[in-house]
Formats: sequence, C-alpha cells, structure tokens
Amino acid sequence: MGKLGEAGLAATAGPARTLGMEGECRASQARSWGLPAGGAGGESPGGDAPLPGSISSSALLQAEVLDLDEDEDDLEVFCKDASLMDMNSFSPLMPTSPLSMINQVKFEDEPDLKDLFITVDEPESHVTTIETFITYRIITKTSRGEFDSSEFEVRRRYQDFLWLKEKLEEAHPTLVIPPLPEKFIVKGMVERFNDDFIETRRKALHRFLNRVADHPTLTFNEDFKIFLTAQAWEFSSHKKQGPGLLSRMGQSVRAVALSMRGVKSRPKEFMEMNNFIEIFSQKINLIDKISQRIYKEEREYLDEMKEYGPIHILWSASEDDLADTLKSVASCIDKCCKASEKRMSGFSEALLPVVHEYVLYSEMLMAVMKRRDQIQAELDSKVEALTSKKADTDLLTEEIGKLEDKVECANNALKADWERWKQNMQNDIKSAFTNMAEENILYYEQCLATWESFLTSQTDLRLEEASEDKL
Amino acid sequence: MEQAAPDPERLLQPAPLEPLSHPDAGLESMVGEETKGARDEGPGDGTMTENNFSLKKIEISVSEAEKRTGRNAMNMQETYTAYLIETRSVEHSDGQSVLTDSLWRRYSEFELLRNYLLVYYPHIVVPPLPEKRAEFVWHKLSADNMDPDFVERRRIGLENFLLRVASHPILCRDKIFYLFLTQEGNWKETVNETGFQLKADSRLKALNATFRVKNPDKRFIELKHYSDELQSVISHLLRVRARVADRLYGVYKVHGNYGRVFSEWSAIEKEMGDGLQSAGHHMDVYASSIDDILEDEEHYADQLKEYLFYAEALRAVCRKHELTQYDLETAAQDLAAKKQQCEELATGTVRTFSLKGMTTKLFGQETPEQREARIKMLEEQIKEGEQQLKSKNLEGREFVKNAWADIERFKEQKNHDLKEALISYAVMQISMCKKGIQVWTNAKECFSKM
Repeated sequence: MGKLGEAGLAATAGPARTLGMEGECRASQARSWGLPAGGAGGESPGGDAPLPGSISSSALLQAEVLDLDEDEDDLEVFCKDASLMDMNSFSPLMPTSPLSMINQVKFEDEPDLKDLFITVDEPESHVTTIETFITYRIITKTSRGEFDSSEFEVRRRYQDFLWLKEKLEEAHPTLVIPPLPEKFIVKGMVERFNDDFIETRRKALHRFLNRVADHPTLTFNEDFKIFLTAQAWEFSSHKKQGPGLLSRMGQSVRAVALSMRGVKSRPKEFMEMNNFIEIFSQKINLIDKISQRIYKEEREYLDEMKEYGPIHILWSASEDDLADTLKSVASCIDKCCKASEKRMSGFSEALLPVVHEYVLYSEMLMAVMKRRDQIQAELDSKVEALTSKKADTDLLTEEIGKLEDKVECANNALKADWERWKQNMQNDIKSAFTNMAEENILYYEQCLATWESFLTSQTDLRLEEASEDKL
Repeated sequence: MEQAAPDPERLLQPAPLEPLSHPDAGLESMVGEETKGARDEGPGDGTMTENNFSLKKIEISVSEAEKRTGRNAMNMQETYTAYLIETRSVEHSDGQSVLTDSLWRRYSEFELLRNYLLVYYPHIVVPPLPEKRAEFVWHKLSADNMDPDFVERRRIGLENFLLRVASHPILCRDKIFYLFLTQEGNWKETVNETGFQLKADSRLKALNATFRVKNPDKRFIELKHYSDELQSVISHLLRVRARVADRLYGVYKVHGNYGRVFSEWSAIEKEMGDGLQSAGHHMDVYASSIDDILEDEEHYADQLKEYLFYAEALRAVCRKHELTQYDLETAAQDLAAKKQQCEELATGTVRTFSLKGMTTKLFGQETPEQREARIKMLEEQIKEGEQQLKSKNLEGREFVKNAWADIERFKEQKNHDLKEALISYAVMQISMCKKGIQVWTNAKECFSKM
C-alpha cells in the first residue's frame, strides 16, 4: 500500500510533468510502476499493438477492480479527474523560444512546470536529383532524465512527421492523437513551396509536436523521443524497423473487414460521443470556411482601401483651400489600413490556425471512434464464434478474455482522453474567438481615434478661421 | 423633406416682370447687379424695381415621388416618375410657413429648365442635375431607374438643384424659374416660346472656337484644366469608393454566418452552449449593421457626384468665353483686312495679291469714280466694323468680369461644401467604429463566458 501511495503521489503530481531533482526522482518512481515511454513495437500479450500507459491514483483503483497483475505494465488507464491533468500549462499557439514558454505556464495548485520545450523553425529547401523537399529544424530543450542531453537539434521533413503520427496511432489506437497539417491543399495551390504555405505548415507542425509533448501519455512515447533526438542516419535506420509494410497492410485489411460488420453493441456513452463528433465536425468545418472567407474579404477590402487613400492626395494637388483637409483624410485612411493589417495578422496567427486544427481533430476523432469500434468488433466476432462453433472453446475463451481486457482498456483510454480533449477544445476555441473579438475591438478603437483627431483638427481650424475673419 | 430654418442665402425674390426673351436680358440685369456688388440680396436697381415686392422668405422642397404612366410624344405608353414640388412662404414674425404652390414635375422638365438657364446665363456656373442613370453602383444598388432607393436619392438631388438655383443671387430672379415652381400647365410651352433652343450655340461652332482661339484669358485656360482634373479625380474616387463599399459589405455579411452556425453548435455543448448562442446573436447584429452604414455613405457619394457634374458646368463657361473671344478676334481680323484694302485703294499701292489688282492689270484700271465708290463703301463698312468691334470688346470684357465673379462665388461654395462633405465622411466613420466596438465588446463578453 505504501508503495502504491508513493506512486500515487508521483502520479498525482501530474503525469510526468515534473521538473528538477525532485522531478527526476519522481519520474523514476513512476517508471518503477511500469511507465515505458511508449511502446515501440515490443512484446504484446494478445499479439496486437502494445498499449503502454501511465498509471495514476484512480487508475490504481481500476487496477484493483480489474485485478491486474503488477507486471502488466503496458496497460493504460487514465485518471478521470481532468483537473489533475496538465491542460492549460502550455499553449501551443505561440511559436516562441522554449525559454519564453516558461512564462506562459499557468500554475495549478501545485507548481506544474513543463520539462519539454520544442520549437519548429527554419524551413530549408533541399534539392536532390530525384526530388525537392523542405526540412524543418526542430530544437528540443528538456530536463528529463531519460534524455541523454538537455538540448537537441535535428532536421525533419513532412514525411518524418507522418511516420511519427502513424507510430503514435499504432501504439495508442484510441487516444486522440494531435492532427498533422494536410499533405497538400488542392484548391488554389500553385506551387507546393510558396512561402505562405510553408509558414502555415511550419506553425502547424510546431503545434503538433507541442500537443504531443503536452499529452500525458504520448509525451513518453519512445518513437517521439527518437524523432526529437536522433540524428539523420540513426533516425532513418530506426524508421525501417517495426511492423513491416505487409503486416501493416494485413492489419488494415482486417480492420476494414471488421468495420464492415457494423457497430452492433456500441455502448451508450460512445453513441453519444459519436453523435457529438459528427455534429461538431460539421460545425467546425463550417466555421473554418466562414473564417477563411472573412479573411479573404478583409484582405480584398484592405487592398481597395490602399488605393482609396492616395486618390485624395492626388486631388489635393489641384486644390488650394481643400488641400490640407484632403491630405488629412488620406493620412487617416492610411492609418486605418495599418490597423486593419494588424487585425488580419492577428487573425491568421490565432483564429485561423486553431479552427483549422480542430477541423483536422474532428477527422482524427472519427478515426479514433472507428478504431475503437474495430477493437470491439474483434471481440464481438470472437464471442459469436464461441457461441456458434463451439470448437476450440478453451482457446477462444482465453482469446476472448484478452480481448475483453483490450476493449476495456481502449474504452477507458478513449473516455479519459476524450474528457481531456473536450476541455482543451473548449479553452482553445474560447481563447481563439476572444482573441478575434479583441483584435476587432482594437482595430475599431484605433480607427476611431484617428478619425476623431481629424475631426477636432478640422473644428479647431474652423474656429481659428472664424476668429480671423472677425479681426 | 422639409427644409430646415430658411437661411438668408435661400431667399427667393419674385422675378421682375420684364419679358426675358432677349438673350442679353440676363446680362443687363446682371450688369445692374454688378454696380451694387456681387452678392447683393436686396432689390435691384431701376431696371428691376418695376415691382415693389417686399422681401419674402421662401422654402422649396421636393417632397414626394410617384410612379405614373402616360402617353409620350409617339403615343406609346410609358412609365415615369413625377416629383412633387412644394413652395412655402415664411412669415417673418413667427417663422410659420404657408403653402403657396404645389405641383408635379418630371425629370425631363428639370432638364428643360436647366438647358434654358444654360443658354440665358452663359456666364453663370449653372448647378447640375442629379444623374439621369445610376452610375458608380456597387452590387447592392441596382442600376434601375425605378428602384426605390435610386428614386429617393434622385428626389433629394432634385431638391438640392432647386435650392441651389434659388440661392443663386442672379438665377433666383429668373422668371422661367419662378414659373417652374408656380405654373404647372403650359410651362413647357412658355419655355419653348422664348426660343432659347435657337439661341443656343452649336456644338460645332464651340469646338471650332476652342481650337482656333488665339488669346483666351489665362484664367479660363487654368479653369479648364482644373475642371478636367476635378472630373477625373472625383470619378476615380467614386469608382474606388464603390468597390470599397462592396468589400465592406462582404466582410460584415459573412459574419452573419457565424450566428447561424454558433446557434446550431450550441445545441450539443453543455458549458459552451450559452456563450456560443449569445455570441452568435451579436454576430447577426454586426452583419445587419452594414446596411445603414452604407446607406449613409451613399449620401456622401452623392455630394461628391454633384461636384463631378459641376465640373462640366465650369467647362461650359470656359467654352462660352472661348466663343466670345474667338468672335472678337475674328471681327478684329476682318476689320484689319478691310482697313488694309481701303488703304491700298486710296494710295494705289498693291501690297498684297488681290483679284482686283490682277483684273486691273489685265483689263485696265477702273475709273476714278468707281474707285471712289468702292473706297466709300469700305469706309462705311469699316465704321460699322469698328462699332461692332467696340461693342464686342465690351461684351467680352463684361463676360469675363461677370463670369469670373460667379466663378469666385462658386469656388467658395465648393470649398465650403466639399470640406463639409469630408467632415461628414469622418463623422460616418466614427459612428461605424463606435458601433463596431460595441458589438465586439458584447461578443467578447459572451466568448469569455464560454
């Protein structure tokens, strides 16, 4: 019990979100409870993908209930108390240096500091005889013990990110893996490597890695660590390991076959979850389109305004009395244009990327639901086989037992991660829209000040002229 | 639309009763004016005080517009809009107004009035009419003349035209203008009886003069350039303004979609639901606020348009000067040629080639009597020519003086009006910003409650 208690403490401090010597100690304690930093295709009980996990206090209760062996350290059970999870401590929205990120950490009741800081920057184009591609520089700063050093710098290309995502999905089929930016945008893409596209992608990749780092389970994934730290040759040789292409194909074929059977007995809570995901996906897609459209219209409005101001200057050249007033108007319009540019850049920094990320998240969620359903379908098919065939009963029973555990874990993992995701989503959406409102308020305030000062200057002039006339 | 408190500039004085069929009548009365100063509002000099009307303040308004159908000159049915013009006289003491006249006119009658004024007052910058067809439209407005928004804006423009004429120190005294306001039937016939169409300068003559004139007054050359520049810059401004309005409309209206989607989304959210819903409502408010904003801006555009059309009126005065000047130059040339001819005949020297000279050489000299007769005739013509030249000279100088006086008046009016218009533009922007701040502050509050 004592050991449990200690470990429980370690876990309560937030899944491995500890810093400093104390942290290291705790981390190792946590590790003693079997917290492998993500399975990298290791041994697995049922011949399926391994399920590494972290263990927290209520999870321990779960363990008791499920009567799990202490050796079964590759089960993931999550703490359902979302407040213990580190959600707000890091906003992946700000692409800044790792050190400045410390200032953005929000402190819960217990000081809960990040110990893994990642930046993605410096896109570089590489040209070979076969192809041209872009690599991004990834800098990682960490104080974690399991990392050999405290600072790493590597270069990765989009393909590598795809690989990482696939490995994470493999390892944690029912966790909400953060989304990657799209491979390419078909509409309106002239050049694969135009600057805006690269910058947007860079920001999204930055967000992706930070979301993974934030995630209580994924952050300890071994592939993740290798992605962040391995140099070029080491990395490419590592990528070649793992279940081969054929086995992966085999898995996906089976998955499709299973999904064809339909979801028979999806538990009620997952039906509700599915319903939410469907509607959410619809709405967030619409919001994405609306937001993009607003940006486009604002851009075009700005372009026209930029032409509008100078005409007043042109006019002032033909006038004498009116010249000053016209020039003032031109300068006001110019100032409003600058304010609008600022608003638009704020938009493209905060609202647009967040909304788009959640569009991708909604696709991810649907995939997660599917995978969960598949796992359940596997169980269901075996149960069916048992009731109908009555052959190899013992083997089937054993298999069913393992599958039941698997389903249980998958469901619990999803449920917990779902809560975490929802909370994050709420915060992100709220802050993105609040930011949009603030940008608009600032814009209007700046324009208001500009025009009001114009007005006072004109009335002052008129009073001056009036008093001059009286003289 | 009632006019506000009548101001001194808008006095309408009853026109003099002298017939105005003589094209120079306008000039004469103006000459009278000149001796007293350009902005004289009081009763004119002797030529004018046939009547002893006391100064009465008059309000003019174009208060209604109505669709009518009728038969046109070719007996085909047509639809047109008629406008109600109401004239009120204001009693000094209590400021109450009494309706004195009210009649309906259509746009073509306004055009007729203006064309008449252009002919009889060529030295005046005649106020322009609002546009015949909607131009510089952005997508919301239709270019249809029957569109209610267009009709409304035209009604205001026509009223503005009448007020401008009524407040012009010279034009306001014109009888035809007075009859336009007071005599519904028969007015068209009365105007046509003046025969003004015949007295109008032909376009060809004017073009010819523009090319051939040698010494126009420098100020008019500058004025012509200015009017060209003004026209070009205001057209450009109006075009871009229309595009800006279009874009702004788009920005605001798309936000309305947020309202709908937020509302639908709020149905599945427990904690975020209320915040989303109320924020959505504010997005709707934002989207619909643009309609009023752009309607106000349309009035600003109309103010600019008036001066766009004024540029043409300025050019008309310049053209008249060129014509007058060219006429003068031609007369002087003719006179000089005749004088030379006469001299040659008298002295017997032939300095220039002439047919007479040739025939004389070929067929012998004419008799002294014949020569004397010719000299006498030429001397008569020269005397006549000198008289004509003198009066044309005077005419020309008078024209320049009076035209320039009106141009100065116009310049002041223009500077004042356009400054006011620019200030009103700023006021509109301020109002738009304040509305924006309010809506987004409300929205932000809703978001923060999510």
